[in-house]
Order: sequence, then C-alpha cells, then structure tokens
Amino acid sequence: MTYDPRLAALLLRAEIDAFNTDYAEKLDRQDLLAWVESFAEDGFYVVISRENFERNQPVGLIYCEGRAMIADRAFALLKTAMFGPRYLRHMISNLSVAAQADGSVRARANFIVIEVLTDRPEPRVLQVGEYRDVFVRVDGALRLKERRCIYDNLLIPTALCIPV
Amino acid sequence: MDLPNDLPRRRVWPGEDFTRIPDWVYTDQWVYEREVERIFHGHTWNYVGLEAEIPDAGDFIRSNVGPTPVVVARAEDGDIAVFENRCTHRAAEFCRELTGNVKAFVCPYHQWTYDLRGNLQAVPFRRGVQGRGGMGADFKLSEHNPRQLAATTHRGVIFASYAHDMEPLADYLGPDILREFEATFDGRKLVILGHYRHSLPGNWKLYHENLKDPYHATLLHTFLVTFGLLVAGNKSLMLADPSGRHGVMCSAKSDASKIAAEDKAEMRAFKEGMRLADPRMMDFVPEFDSPWSVTMATIWPNLIVQREMNTLGIRQLIPTGPNEFIMKWTMFGFEGDTEEMTRHRLRQGNLMGPAGFLGLEDNEAIKFVQDGMLRVPGGEHLVKLDPGTPFGTSETLISESAIRAMYRHWREAMAL
Repeated sequence: MTYDPRLAALLLRAEIDAFNTDYAEKLDRQDLLAWVESFAEDGFYVVISRENFERNQPVGLIYCEGRAMIADRAFALLKTAMFGPRYLRHMISNLSVAAQADGSVRARANFIVIEVLTDRPEPRVLQVGEYRDVFVRVDGALRLKERRCIYDNLLIPTALCIPV
Repeated sequence: MDLPNDLPRRRVWPGEDFTRIPDWVYTDQWVYEREVERIFHGHTWNYVGLEAEIPDAGDFIRSNVGPTPVVVARAEDGDIAVFENRCTHRAAEFCRELTGNVKAFVCPYHQWTYDLRGNLQAVPFRRGVQGRGGMGADFKLSEHNPRQLAATTHRGVIFASYAHDMEPLADYLGPDILREFEATFDGRKLVILGHYRHSLPGNWKLYHENLKDPYHATLLHTFLVTFGLLVAGNKSLMLADPSGRHGVMCSAKSDASKIAAEDKAEMRAFKEGMRLADPRMMDFVPEFDSPWSVTMATIWPNLIVQREMNTLGIRQLIPTGPNEFIMKWTMFGFEGDTEEMTRHRLRQGNLMGPAGFLGLEDNEAIKFVQDGMLRVPGGEHLVKLDPGTPFGTSETLISESAIRAMYRHWREAMAL
C-alpha cells in the first residue's frame, strides 16, 4: 500500500477537530477542572483583544503561564468567584492545521461564544474571534502548548466569567 | 439655569441627610443629562489618555469626556490638543481609527480638514466653481472649529476640561490625593501593556462608590480575602479629599494566617487552607515609595488609578446613559522593567478587568444593583456605616463615609 500524505493530514485535522469539540463541550458544561486537562504542563493560555494582539501589546483578559495557573483560574472561578447564573455555547469552526517539523502542530480556528443570562431574554454574542494554537503530544494525546484566543469584540459585555 | 419645562422632571433630594440615596440619582435621564452638562462638561479635569500613547507629533487617540467623543492629538510643537470628534459641517464623527498618526484630520464626508489642534484649515470648493456656489464672502474658517478643550498633563497623564478657567491639576487634586497619584506615577516613563474595554449595565457613579466602599472588598472578594490582600483587620485607609469628590482606598498586604478568629468568622469569604497551585501571581515586588501595597484612586469624575500590588492600570469611565457606562482600561508598566517584571504584571493582571477574579465580581455586583433599582423602583440606598465619621476620610474599612462625602459634593455640583 502506498503512503498518501493527504491521509495523515486528514487524520490530524480530524483529531484536532475532535479535540476542539471536546474542549467546547467542557466549557459549555462549565466543567473547568476537565478543561484544565486540555493543556500541557507548560501550556500557555491567553484571552487577548485583537487591538492588543495587532499592536504587539501583551495584556490579556486572562493570562496564564503554565497549567498550574490555568488550574488556579478554574479553581478560583468554581470556588471563589461571584457571578450570575448563565449558559454558554462555544462554536468552533474554519479549522486549519499545519504539522511542524518538530512534531508539534500549529492550528487556527474561528470561535463564537454565545451567552444566555437567566434574567435576559436574548442570547448574546459574548466573544467572537480566533484561536491560534500550538498542539503537542503528551503520552500520545494532543494537548495545548499554546492557545491564544484573539477576540474581535473589543467591548466586552459586563464580564467574561467562563474561559473562551 | 433650569427652564420652566424642566420643572416637572426636576428631582429633589429627600431632606438634608446623606445616609439615604434615592434611586433616581442612578436611573433618571434628566439627572444624567444634568450630570453631563454640570460635571463632565463642567468645572472638572477629565482623564483622556496617557502621553505614552501619543509620543510623536501627529499621533492621536480617540477618547471621551463624559459621553462626548474627543480626539487627543500631539501637535507639531509637542503640545497636546483635545477637541470634539464632530465635524462642524454636518456633525460626522470624523476620526474613526482608535489610534494613528496623521498630518491633519480630514472628515471623510466632505473633506473638511482640521489641523492637529482641531483648527479648521480647509473647506473644499469654499469659493465655489466658476464663480458659482461655495461659501459666502463672510465665511471665516476660524469661526468653525470643533469645540477645543483645555488640556493639562501630570507625570504623563493627560486631562482635559470644557472649562477654560480650571485651577492647576495639583490644586484640583489637593495634596493628599496628589501624593498618592505621584506614588504610582513616580516619574518613571510609562510603557503601555495594552487595553481592555467593557460595558456595564449600571450607573457610572456606582463604580466610584464601589471604590469608596471598602466594606464590600472584605466581603465580596473571596479571592482577595483568602490570600490576605485585604481583610477587615488589615492596615488600611479610606482617604477622601476635603471636597469629597476624590478618594483613595489604601491597604497593606498582610499574612492571612495572622487574621483574628472573630474577623474570620465575620468574613464568609475566608476559606482556611486555600492555596494557589502557582502562587507567583500574588507576589508583591516592592517598587513604590508608599506604605500601601494596594491603592485605588477615584479621581472625579472619570478616572480610576489602580495600583494593585504590581498590576497597574488606568480605568476611564465613559457614561452612555443613566443605566449604562463603558470602562476603558489602559494597563502599563515602566521603562526599565525586566521581561520577568512585565510578565509578573501580566500574571497579576488576572485579578482585574472584566475577567479578573475581583473585576468580574465588581461588574456583576454593579449589574445586580442596577437590576434591583430598575425592577423594584422608587426606593433608596442605605449608606449609614460609621456614623462617627459623617463625611470623608475613614481609618476603618467598615465605613461609608467616603460615599457620603461624594454625594455632598455631587449635590453641590448638581445644585440638587
């Protein structure tokens, strides 16, 4: 059987697509402890405005260096933070994937996060933007080494309580 | 001042007491419009930007004074000019980019052109075509400038005012507030680390009150309390200037293990034994000549200066109506910060902003307050804590004296 590189690319793309579906599902369930497991030990996670990203200014709404900080974010939101009840839907699409020579994978995808507050009639777009990702394999499974969530909606409505 | 047709809408403060604030202070359109006229467009210095955002001639940012869009630009001679972002021809908001560098501002609609100080320079076809049309012979460019505001800067922070007879900023702040301002803006050159912006479905004054209300900080912010950043027994000060309009909430970090047992019992937020997996976020690197590890300055009417240990930020308050406002945050560090120090500021930034461990709670609380007033209307707020200090500076956190002082000033400014 001849090796078709298109098949490997397709499998990798399917794998990352499944990863993102799973990632969105964890956040929609607000299962933040499970969400933490999406990241590699030295994983970097930032939610950054397009304004800052394009100007090379590093400030993020959420800025985590390493899975320990990501775990602290999850724990603090679950155990200490006060915010009103809400439901969220994370939609991820337009995935593109590029395998790197060092075995990592660069990917990008668009996202929309729709939020419903229990006391407001209309669902609203909480965030719209793109993921810029670097995946690595940890014990065979894909983990995020970097996820930059670059959002276009510069004006956040009230608060971003659940990660993107 | 008040036209007769204002009378039916005019509001009257209930009695001479300041321990009750009526809801209409926060929800009434007439009150809001009067605030824009008498406070934001009145005798106040309004924050509009940082010099580090417009270092070179031709640099500009869009900003606001109250709800009103303005352009803040650096002129050829290095002066800073602030003028309304509204073409004097057909009202178009002509400056559209958040920031940039230009030789002149050209309104895209009919290409009326303004220089970097906001002076109208050119009107296309002013003399018409072939002797027909155009402006009348009596038309003078200089009579058609957008409203130009007074501007001043201190330690790299830019303020503007519609009043052209403002006292110097140092006098406007007074010595106590100026000292805290200069503790944060200590003379090092600022480096902008980025912005965030959010809307909030509440009245703009609630944001001032939140930072003149040290009582809430010990109760709402579990995160802060748990790690000993601010607890009821901490060394702290709620400073108010003599006018009552400005304030600084100050506290010194302490060891959570040293909190008295009875204080812990009062603070439901206190959770024994809670530890961060990565405690670097809460490190405090001393860098300021100040006894306080945290100061939150509320500078009337639209500026908050945040010095939360090493995460530093400006919050500009932009009211958009009685029931909503926008906050624009500008986070900064200093020239000479190491890469590690910058990253420390960014990590600690997780405390603040619309996704911050503290910031998101304040935003939610303000929404809840406005919801309460809109859905059960016609009530009043109780601000009675610490009757021994009727107005002004308080050395206990369990006090609302700074809020009362602010309303004493507000009523004077509003003539209500």
